Amino acid sequence: MNTFVSRFAPSSSVIPNSRGILADEEEEFSDLTWGSHAGFGNLGTKGIPTFEVPHLADPSAFLRMHTDDYADPNCRIKIQHGTTTLAFRFKGGIIVAVDSRATAGSYIASGTVKKVIEINPYLLGTMAGGAADCQYWETYLGIQCRLHELRNRERISVAAASKYLSNLVYSYKGMGLSMGTMICGWDKTGPALFYVDSDGTRLKGDIFSVGSGSTYAYGVLDQGYHWDLTDGEAQELGRRSIYAAGHRDAYSGNTINLYHVKEEGWDFIGNYDVTKMHYDGPGNVLGATGGGYGYEIRAAGRSASDADAIDTSA
Amino acid sequence: MADGHQHPIEHRFNPYAENGGTVLAIAGADFAVIAGDTRQTEGYSIQTRYAPKVFKLTDRAVLAVNGFQADCSEFVKRVMQRIEWYRHAHSKQMPLKAIARMIQTMLYGKRFFPYYTYNILGGIEEDGTGAVYSFDPVGSYEREACRAAGAASSLIQPFLDNQIYFKNQTPAPGAAPFVPGNLPIDVVLPIVIDSFTSATERHIEVGDGLEMFVVVAKGRDVSQLASLNAEEIPATNPGEERVFIVRRELKKD
Repeated sequence: MNTFVSRFAPSSSVIPNSRGILADEEEEFSDLTWGSHAGFGNLGTKGIPTFEVPHLADPSAFLRMHTDDYADPNCRIKIQHGTTTLAFRFKGGIIVAVDSRATAGSYIASGTVKKVIEINPYLLGTMAGGAADCQYWETYLGIQCRLHELRNRERISVAAASKYLSNLVYSYKGMGLSMGTMICGWDKTGPALFYVDSDGTRLKGDIFSVGSGSTYAYGVLDQGYHWDLTDGEAQELGRRSIYAAGHRDAYSGNTINLYHVKEEGWDFIGNYDVTKMHYDGPGNVLGATGGGYGYEIRAAGRSASDADAIDTSA
Repeated sequence: MADGHQHPIEHRFNPYAENGGTVLAIAGADFAVIAGDTRQTEGYSIQTRYAPKVFKLTDRAVLAVNGFQADCSEFVKRVMQRIEWYRHAHSKQMPLKAIARMIQTMLYGKRFFPYYTYNILGGIEEDGTGAVYSFDPVGSYEREACRAAGAASSLIQPFLDNQIYFKNQTPAPGAAPFVPGNLPIDVVLPIVIDSFTSATERHIEVGDGLEMFVVVAKGRDVSQLASLNAEEIPATNPGEERVFIVRRELKKD
């Protein structure tokens, strides 16, 4: 705890206060705050964020009591959860596909969440777990990546960016952060993909899927994947995998966001409604095979759910 | 119990309460409506029938807060102070998207001791379009066309999805397709009023009064507001965006 305190104290001259926890909110502002910066949220004048912590023996137990809706569905502060995200590396770069549903308990809090965070024009991060944790820290990572660029006259590698994030969340281990993210980009080594989570895990890999619907997405993804996929085939595989998760996982759905990371940076490919994909498919887009993804649609009138289905038992 | 602790006593730090009420915001092409009821409850008792939940921040930004009243008023106070500092440092009003990002970092600054507040920010962007930003208690946010939060959010949001986003509606054969985000002000305000009267009918924590703030873009015609008894809040920069307030009574039982 003490190392944590000293790292995030507003300046080296300030000694942690008598209660031995983080600085009070008032202390984070220096005189500089008035003239130039006017104070941006909790990012102090040194660019290091400060956090207020309850003055208790076990602050993380307090946080868990009030925010953990897995342990206690009646807890007051509902943090948005539930997701399917995936990313995979192939010949043509990296495909990133995510759903857009946010749930608080069983309530669908939003169906239009942007779960791909555009860190900068050549780095993408995905959002699974706590929405605020991912949004805030991946934005912060964007700031650090830009500073790296200015200091070193060179873009940060995906390995370094992901390690910055994993070291950062590791320093908060046990405090209750919740994030499972994939950092995707193209650097000197070519397309690079890393999985980083709030436990401190950091893995380099070719295929990842994260979230409550990941098992469904993996099923489709593993079956359809190979390195030499064309751009169209790869984009279709991403769409089709998230559709499968949206269809089978109650905590995933609404719409699909699809991105393609290429050598010159990322491209936003499109937004697709999961229900529309079920009945009509993605329409006339690159890689589309035509028709809806739904199995009773593909059964072409012979599905058990069709009232006048042809009886084939005889 | 004179002889000491016969039974285990549960000690837990619970600094939060739930004060009911509901807020919502809807963005139009060149205006935004931000509304909230004025009832404040704790449990089954009504603490007051007039506790404002919607606050004008600048000439083009209005913030609706809902959740635990003490955290709400503290948070709004701090946001207003930061906006004033920004005005002193930069000699201009803080833009809406900057306020939105600042609210994220302020909420996230208490990630380990959260404010129990659901925030909805509405107003006019620098490009003159109406905008709504909604936040969770620890600062994740998103720009949307409409959002309901608070006690009756699960009653109102599906209605808004249908009326504002035209969800589950199909245009009549040959008719023009629906385009979300372009409804006129005289269609939007009745939707807001109906949302609150209906929520008042079905939710015990909603009622008493309704305050609707209307932020309109620079130079926009405001004749539609005249028939609604809208009262203009004096602007700090006349000739730019304007903020009006429309008040209505809600049932008090």
